[in-house]
Amino acid sequence: MNHSLPAKPIRRWWTERKRTALTAYLFISPFFILFAIFGLFPIAFTFYLSFFRWNALSPMRFVGWENYMFIFEDKTFWTSVLNTFLMGAMGTVPQLIVALLLAVTLNSAVIRFRRFFRTLYFMPTVTSIVAVTLVFSAIFGNNGMANGLLTELGFDPVPWNSGWWGIKIAIATMIMWRWTGYNTIILLAGLQSIPPELYEAAKIDGAGKGALLFKITLPLLQPFILFVILMSTIGSLQLFTEPFVFTGREGTGGARVEAITMVIYLYREAFYNTFFGTAAATAVFLFFLTILISVMNVWIANKLNSDGGAWR
Amino acid sequence: MSAGRVVGESPSKIGAFFLYLILIVGALISVFPVYWMFVISTQTREAAFRIPPEIIPSDQFLINFNNALKQIMFFESMLNSLVIAVLQTVTVLLFCGLAGFAFAKYEFPLRRFLFFFVLATLFVPQQLSLIPNYILMSKLGWINSFKAIVVPGMVNAFGIFWMRQYIMSAVSTELIEAGRIDGCSHFRIFWNIVVPIITPALATLGIFTFMNSWNDFMWPLVILKSQDKFTIQITLQQLFNIREGYDYGKIMSATFVATLPLIVVFFMFSRWFISGLTSGAVKS
Repeated sequence: MNHSLPAKPIRRWWTERKRTALTAYLFISPFFILFAIFGLFPIAFTFYLSFFRWNALSPMRFVGWENYMFIFEDKTFWTSVLNTFLMGAMGTVPQLIVALLLAVTLNSAVIRFRRFFRTLYFMPTVTSIVAVTLVFSAIFGNNGMANGLLTELGFDPVPWNSGWWGIKIAIATMIMWRWTGYNTIILLAGLQSIPPELYEAAKIDGAGKGALLFKITLPLLQPFILFVILMSTIGSLQLFTEPFVFTGREGTGGARVEAITMVIYLYREAFYNTFFGTAAATAVFLFFLTILISVMNVWIANKLNSDGGAWR
Repeated sequence: MSAGRVVGESPSKIGAFFLYLILIVGALISVFPVYWMFVISTQTREAAFRIPPEIIPSDQFLINFNNALKQIMFFESMLNSLVIAVLQTVTVLLFCGLAGFAFAKYEFPLRRFLFFFVLATLFVPQQLSLIPNYILMSKLGWINSFKAIVVPGMVNAFGIFWMRQYIMSAVSTELIEAGRIDGCSHFRIFWNIVVPIITPALATLGIFTFMNSWNDFMWPLVILKSQDKFTIQITLQQLFNIREGYDYGKIMSATFVATLPLIVVFFMFSRWFISGLTSGAVKS
């Protein structure tokens, strides 16, 4: 079209193609600008800060590895690591088993009202963590429903909001209640993505129910199971709101020691003790732990896959 | 949907009964805490600790809710949460829509690399940037301001990924070229041609963004300092923190009213919620 027009010099490099590319860059630029400011810079600064002593008022002082030594020698830090893992495991392992059971049941041939059940199961995920924690704090009160049930069954009541295990069981219950339905629905989607012909072919070949489960369902469901495990693990490493609200007391900067998690430890170091350096060191530790555990998850899944392990 | 209904032979009546039993028990457990929240909000203060538990609503709701209103700035907090969530949702839809459109339908250098980069940011834990962001906000003078909450969340990696996947499969390239031949600007093409086609995906992303913003706790807790700026989640936590022996009637009345809008929206749009959730999982 431009051939007939007198060629202005500017047209030679300002082509339609470049214009399109520039528009595309413009469209994607908000993400990259915001990420540079509120993502990339802070991450780099966290690493940098973890080698300095700083309380936001006096000048920063380089201290080498001292912040790391400090947290690694702090008993509370290791308690927070242990708590995070214990509550994470107690909240997610039974959750995933129940979610798998519910998903398989929902996927069963006889079940009607599937959409109705799905909606109800998903409802806890919509409820805010603060609301969930407040309701369960009543259920797990000293004279609450949970202890009422225990007494009824002939057990001693448990101090849910102060005991080492009591607190963990209460918080694990909250995590489990809020996320089981979410995982059920993801696993159900996975089950429904398996082509029915596979089952028919296997049945013609005389495969039993166990063989169908272990040779078809679980291997094909594996990516979904991996997704669910990965998300739950990352989520439980970042556990903050439930223990913070459940055992938090105003003015103490976070939860009781029985419920302190890594993120609460970080929060307390930064915003109550104003030790920004040790808080940053905690964040770096959490970052590498997250990567390590994610990689381990994927590695184990691949191993199971290629070795012809349990699921093949 | 019917594709999945083949596991096992059609079981006996007893088998079906047990399957339904499992599902119904699961559904009851899912619903009970929220229902009980409502029940306790209508009862006197000691009712939360009655054994066996109260399961029938009573008539104390207005008294409880009034008590809560005396203690906290409930409606201000609801409004704050609403303003933050709406601003965040609108900007997320616009910026994620545009970026998803560019990644789906434009050819430009480094496209694959940049998209991979967007996805990689999904795996960086938020807590890693907590302290520097707090320092940054204080340098900007944004402490105790909604800007500190809205601006960093105006666009996100999941939204871009989600919009790209949808636009790739739902919007035909010919349609866009036709628009270009007609002389539409790039933004006009997006606004007048693409947006009407991708409304379902925008709805799903919008509901998710709104929900996450409404329920967010840690970052607002760090940023907001004065009661009149608190979001509803922070205000509810304050109500629980004040130690005068917990008046659960009061606590639950406020919590229930704060939770209700989201649950209503969820039941109205649950199909979009769930389809968005599952396709997100299927594609990643």
